[in-house]
Amino acid sequence: MQLDAADKALIDSYQRGLPVCERPYQAMAQNLGLTENEVIRRLAALKEQKVLSRVGPVFEHSQAGASLLAAVAASPEQMDAAAARINLAPGVNHNYAREHRYNLWFVMTAADERTLKGRLDELEQQLGLPMLRLPMIEGYHIDLGFQIDWEALS
Amino acid sequence: MSMPQSHKGHVPKPFLFNTDSISAWGLLRLRQQLENGLPLTPRPYQTLAENTGLTEQQVMAAIEQWQQQGLIKRLGLVVKHRTLGYNANAMVVWDVPDEQVSQLGKTMASIPFITLCYQRPRQLPDWPYNLFCMIHGVSRDRVLAQLDTLIKDHQLTDIPHAVLFSTKAYLQRGGRYVSHG
Repeated sequence: MQLDAADKALIDSYQRGLPVCERPYQAMAQNLGLTENEVIRRLAALKEQKVLSRVGPVFEHSQAGASLLAAVAASPEQMDAAAARINLAPGVNHNYAREHRYNLWFVMTAADERTLKGRLDELEQQLGLPMLRLPMIEGYHIDLGFQIDWEALS
Repeated sequence: MSMPQSHKGHVPKPFLFNTDSISAWGLLRLRQQLENGLPLTPRPYQTLAENTGLTEQQVMAAIEQWQQQGLIKRLGLVVKHRTLGYNANAMVVWDVPDEQVSQLGKTMASIPFITLCYQRPRQLPDWPYNLFCMIHGVSRDRVLAQLDTLIKDHQLTDIPHAVLFSTKAYLQRGGRYVSHG
């Protein structure tokens, strides 16, 4: 993915602290020496190219509802089917294959704990695989965005 | 579920109903809309206002309040690291003595290449690990080198750990709580 200096500057400057004012893209443009129209166009293009998933808020999950990291151990033959089944479950927003006996890892969210537990119970039954349920006890990382190492990428 | 206590020193207030004179339903609609991100229009908060029945001022006030309360962790560009070339992602899990986990978690959270760090419960006998951190890197070798550095710098050789590289993303999207996902 080749990005130009202005795209990189947008990413470096605005993973947080996006202005809350009537014309935020204009404020960003002024700060970076671009035009408002150009900022909007670039953001739209970066979304289109899937460099950005969105422009907007990242919610604190523990305040926004219930969420939990779960894992199941699927056999290699079962894996794609199990992953597809997990993707269909309501509230699943991340689902990764990882190198471990527990090889499918996903995050499920719901409006409250009871709904979450019900959905997980149902999914566990559908999958027929024992499930690790790993709620967060304490979070240590403050999300400030992620400083991109452009040099390592080039 | 417990709050991430070390994020903030206060008990978070309910986020929807403590803003006088703003429609609770309007705020709920705003939450839903925001999960899809800000509109890319010259006046995005005005666009959100039109979609939620609030005023532009109310939309901006709600977003600022949610940021102060910590419901919104950050407002900005949400980058998809894989598209950029961050192809290696390892979840590194540690079996830390209970009395050390909080301190070690805070230490790890301050390391630039660690992008997330959480304490989670063990599930014995299957799962002995109680501290989880995420390393995003440009390559597998680079991530392993970063992990070596971490272990050396923080004397972690005696702490059992496992490295779970991700091999495939079946699904990756923002959390959805109030809209249907």
